[in-house]
Amino acid sequence: MNFEKALRAIIDSLPYMLGGVWVTVGLIVGALALGFVLGVPLAVIQVYGRTLARRLVVLYVWLFRGVPILVLIFLFYFGILPHLGLDSAFLAGVIVLGLTSAAYQSQIFRGAIQSLPAGQLKAARALGMTDTQAISCIVLPQALRLSIPGWSNEFSILLKDSALVMVISVQEIMARTRSVAGRTHEPVAMALFAGVLFFILTWIGLRLLRGLERRVRIKGYSQEGSV
Amino acid sequence: MLEEYWLFASERVMPGLNAALLVSARLIVPSALYGALLGVITGAIRVYGPKPVRRVADAYVSLFRGTPLVVQLYFWYFALPYIRVGGFAIVLDAMQASILGFALCSAAYQSEYIRGGLLSIRSGQIKAARALGMNPMQTVLHVVLPQAVRRALPGCGNEVVYLIKYSSLASIITVNELTGTARSIAKATFRPIEAYATVAVYYLLLVTLAVWLLRWLEDRMSIPGFERPRD
Amino acid sequence: MSVASQAKGQNQEILRVEKLNKSFGTNHVLKDATLTLRKGELKVLIGPSGGGKSTLLQCMNFLIPPDSGRIWLDGVEILGHKKRELYAYRQQVGMIFQDFNLFDHLSALGNVRIALTRVRGMSRKDATDRAMAELDRVGLAAKAGLYPAQLSGGQKQRVSIARALAMDPKVLLLDEPTSALDPELIGEVLAVVKDLATAGMTMIMATHQITFSAQLASEFVFMEQGAIIEHDSPAALLAPGACTRTKAFCAKINELTGEPV
Ligand SMILES: Nc1ncnc2c1ncn2[C@@H]1O[C@H](COP(=O)(O)OP(=O)(O)OP(=O)(O)O)[C@@H](O)[C@H]1O
Ligand SMILES: [Mg+2]
Repeated sequence: MNFEKALRAIIDSLPYMLGGVWVTVGLIVGALALGFVLGVPLAVIQVYGRTLARRLVVLYVWLFRGVPILVLIFLFYFGILPHLGLDSAFLAGVIVLGLTSAAYQSQIFRGAIQSLPAGQLKAARALGMTDTQAISCIVLPQALRLSIPGWSNEFSILLKDSALVMVISVQEIMARTRSVAGRTHEPVAMALFAGVLFFILTWIGLRLLRGLERRVRIKGYSQEGSV
Repeated sequence: MLEEYWLFASERVMPGLNAALLVSARLIVPSALYGALLGVITGAIRVYGPKPVRRVADAYVSLFRGTPLVVQLYFWYFALPYIRVGGFAIVLDAMQASILGFALCSAAYQSEYIRGGLLSIRSGQIKAARALGMNPMQTVLHVVLPQAVRRALPGCGNEVVYLIKYSSLASIITVNELTGTARSIAKATFRPIEAYATVAVYYLLLVTLAVWLLRWLEDRMSIPGFERPRD
Repeated sequence: MSVASQAKGQNQEILRVEKLNKSFGTNHVLKDATLTLRKGELKVLIGPSGGGKSTLLQCMNFLIPPDSGRIWLDGVEILGHKKRELYAYRQQVGMIFQDFNLFDHLSALGNVRIALTRVRGMSRKDATDRAMAELDRVGLAAKAGLYPAQLSGGQKQRVSIARALAMDPKVLLLDEPTSALDPELIGEVLAVVKDLATAGMTMIMATHQITFSAQLASEFVFMEQGAIIEHDSPAALLAPGACTRTKAFCAKINELTGEPV
């Protein structure tokens, strides 16, 4: 490997690659948001819902965790979305990643909800709250705080999985890496560079989440370093 | 057309995949178990360990969550033999390298779920254990972890599902598990769609089996007094 | 046992704390607290909310490490920084919490048994027998298989007493064992405390149950703003005509609860 030539390739492609970073960021912010908005109600239904609703959620989670993302991407981009008049590859990427993530996120939230003592909901009901109020004012604020560590796993996996949407030519980091690598004949250097970009993005995201976790921590729970 | 597919799948695809299923199982089961065990230990260290050890464990988790699994597998299989310490080098076969790679990566994620579970334990539980004269080790082992692991279980299930799906990456370092076998069949028969569709069903079955096992575990371990699905 | 040695046994110091201090930031919540527990006596800690009762009790077994002060058990000084010594000490000093703190993942039996098997190293069978005996003593043998969430408040507190008793403690620290309970359940917990007192257990209890404790306590210890400001027998402190802070406080409480002093 010619080191100088490799460095040249990276420097010359920098603006183009940074453009890809923004596409990736857009993809995962959109997908995580969609996954969150769907994942929370899915979790609530799975814990508190009626039998039929719970079964449907279990089915949803099973399908979206069980079918490979690539299959879903093709299915949605070529099969389902065109019927709805949507032909944006980026949007297809956000939707598929988001729907998948919702399945995983719902299980993280469910774990957190189930770790709350039942007395919390009882106390809320005793104050005359409706179930919806009790869940949104008492259960979720506590459960969501407890979900942050697990949620950070989902973030870092989704970030890496987002590269899969290059198969429908969304111009995110990996798609651009491949085209630069082809043009400059520097596949190894470009792959390493892409790896560094992903690592930095992961690191920033995890830092932010860890900070959030500390800021919203509730007194009375155990903490780092205190046994 | 469906009949034609079924004939093709059952004669040309499934015999190969059935054999590969065993390879995949031998890959996934030990990786999941070692990953869970190491994840629990790492998670406990990351919350209750002494500060420098906590930092090291945090760095391990950042590194393994931050880099793609393919890269990690390449490292264990291709690069590790070149790292010589005092003339010795560790050479792993493809299967060992895959299990090592999967277990270490899985443990990094599991430890995060466990950490979340640990932080959800109220401090009164720890106080009560200490008041009985338990040392920190006993407190964590007998009072905190048993509760934290239960709470982390739904999240840990996610990781197991991911592990099953990502086990396909072992084919890249020459392990002939489900995906690798499907690829050879696709090449040999020139019918990639049928081959890959069939292997997707195999993964779905594996995931189903895992989800079912995890559900059973959750039900067995559930304790009264916490939120849970109504029956 | 001769009368003389019995009297000596009565006077034997079990636990002594001297000049315990604790501050949270600038808030000096424990000021030179000194007291001695003699064998078989029940001291009762009273005083207004926030006076430092819980802090004192938790400092006594180092759950909150005191900033300064000294502690002796059976004449042996306990140094909080020696880990092994500290754990051994805590095994001999039982603690009952206001909000029970039963281990949520264990049944009543499991809660009583866990320290026996894990800390004391008893065999599972012996530990089970011992735990059942303790549960029987607090009248809960029939509930051994239930989890904390399936027990009433009074039952939970009795399990937590059984859990502490199973370790054969020399002293029991009780931090408002009844204040999380409704009136009907208070009785069942106090009955257990009374049995223990009669059986000669050495105890210190923070409580607002003035009437009950006046009958059993050898001494009232009144705490306010972190300092012990009065201590004497209940009879002396509450005597007609006595002009003590304790009496004023008790009168106020009884006014609220409608009990006569
Ligand atoms: N962990 C803590 N951090 C800061 N301040 C504390 C802490 N624990 C207690 N305090 C303060 O110490 C003081 C004494 O509290 P403590 O709990 O000992 O009172 P108490 O006499 O037990 O009251 P109560 O009868 O209501 O239980 C209070 O002012 C309280 O705010
Ligand atoms: Mg108190």
